[in-house]
Amino acid sequence: MTRGQNILRGVVLTVGAVAFLFPFYYMIIGSLQASPDSTPGGAFPNPANLTVENYTDINSRINLMRGLLNSGIFTGGVIVGTLVFGVLVGYALAQLQWRGRGVTFALVLLVQVVPFQLLMIPLYVMIARDYGLADNYLGMILPFAINSTAVIIFRQYFLQVPRDLFDAARIDGAGEVTVLTRIAIPLVRPAILTVVLLTFIGPWNEFLWPFLVTKEASMQPLAVALANYISNVAATAANPFGAVLAGACVLAAPAVLLFIVFQRHFVSTDIGSGVKG
Amino acid sequence: MSTTATANPPAGRSTRSPGGRGPRRRPLLGTNPIGLLLSAPYLVFVIVVFAYPLVFAVYMAFHDYFFAAPGAQVDRPFVGLANFQEVLSDPAVIRSFGNVGIFLLINVPLTVVLSLVLATALNKAVHGRTFLRVAYYVPYVTASVAVVGVWLFLFSGSGLVNQLLGPLAPDPSWLISPTWSMPTIALFVTWKQLGFYILLYLAALQSVSKELYEAASTDGAGALRSFFSVTIPGVRPATVLVLLLSTVTGANLFTEPYLLTGGGGPNGASTSPVLLMYQKGIEQGHPGTASAIGIVLVIGVLIIAFIQRKFAGGDES
Repeated sequence: MTRGQNILRGVVLTVGAVAFLFPFYYMIIGSLQASPDSTPGGAFPNPANLTVENYTDINSRINLMRGLLNSGIFTGGVIVGTLVFGVLVGYALAQLQWRGRGVTFALVLLVQVVPFQLLMIPLYVMIARDYGLADNYLGMILPFAINSTAVIIFRQYFLQVPRDLFDAARIDGAGEVTVLTRIAIPLVRPAILTVVLLTFIGPWNEFLWPFLVTKEASMQPLAVALANYISNVAATAANPFGAVLAGACVLAAPAVLLFIVFQRHFVSTDIGSGVKG
Repeated sequence: MSTTATANPPAGRSTRSPGGRGPRRRPLLGTNPIGLLLSAPYLVFVIVVFAYPLVFAVYMAFHDYFFAAPGAQVDRPFVGLANFQEVLSDPAVIRSFGNVGIFLLINVPLTVVLSLVLATALNKAVHGRTFLRVAYYVPYVTASVAVVGVWLFLFSGSGLVNQLLGPLAPDPSWLISPTWSMPTIALFVTWKQLGFYILLYLAALQSVSKELYEAASTDGAGALRSFFSVTIPGVRPATVLVLLLSTVTGANLFTEPYLLTGGGGPNGASTSPVLLMYQKGIEQGHPGTASAIGIVLVIGVLIIAFIQRKFAGGDES
């Protein structure tokens, strides 16, 4: 590898990193500005123009804590559903012989390419109108309750476990339930963190579905509350950009922090195999 | 979507014991019927959330469907292709499909080229790999709603982008310009999703044989030549996947035009079919029309995906 190529690669990577990170830096700076300063100089912190006013302002318009709580319940419900039922079906697909296994696995792959938007209207009719689950956590969670990518990750994980381990337990007299709870679940523990991270991103950032099924402000996840603020109220605020960006920081922070702390578990090969099947 | 995993099914412990003890009948539900029980919740989930709504969507598209109080018996007559006729003769719908076409023409090639180049560079980087990896994935893990706020600020009339461009800034500004609103949205989505595709390419690059690079270099190929002759063919299955996923994501565009351009403005220049589905189906109460748009959209995506497979090579690794 020549020196020139090394330099070129460094330049490409740095330009990429700046392009990806600058808007986030700008989001934080903008959220702290007393009056929006969009001149190039405004990209640098100016002590005379710094304030936390925007955060109190947005908090008075939309209840940030309530939004975070709703987002947390929605996301938590999806994660619990995915972990509980995803482990079961992943184990069954990888380690057990039963009629319909092939069809089930084909379904896991197939549902990943069904566009949610086509299902949006019928799901809305079913969940919000027929089942009366509008403005309800269950209604929010239901369409996302089991993440199919997670099922594939669990299956891949269980495939790596030698089957003799399970057979040995069966010979020793363990029933299927004991095999599952005492052997399979402890073994899959390392995959759980990857699955939690992967599953977290979906509902935490989801906008369209909770937007459709929540009309009451007290039930809206933060993404929906902030979006409504952006599209309806922002124009009337004293510093609309500052307040929007402050809300954006609060919405982005948990996902970004979680990802930075656990980025080692968000490994390319896991996700790659998960998506490719 | 792919056959990668089906190609190596779990090492099948045959239900028949090997050796000449005669054929043993396989039990009706398999050797471990409990597998069916463990999968039952997932299967119910797929039926309730995917299979039934899919059938329901097709049903609505062929009927004059309207909202009624739960439990009320109402007549929703079969109308054949009337919904499709209405949809396909509506200039707003045609416009929205054109918009998504523009979106895909910008977003898909840009996504493939940028993610492959950045993944290749990242794959060989020695210093700061972790930092760079995190930097690239941060937009992907962040909510669209949050980053939309910054883009509104950056691309507003007197925003930083226009300040830097000075006299070159378009007038009317990016998001309120009939010409620039769709390209700006395409750029936003490319930026937002790129980290995920870089991740896919990074995984694919691990499986390109080192020997091929060595062979290429022995034959006197430079870095550029081996990128075109080894890397690009080597990651072809990933490219097929990236093409497919970015097309599907693009066709599902909703949040960005809803928030960035205030619901598809100016004058429908950035309306997407899904945005129209929302407006017609839920705001105006014509779910039949909305489902017809959805079905046309899915057929369109299937045709594009088919063409892509034909040209990019359909055989997965």
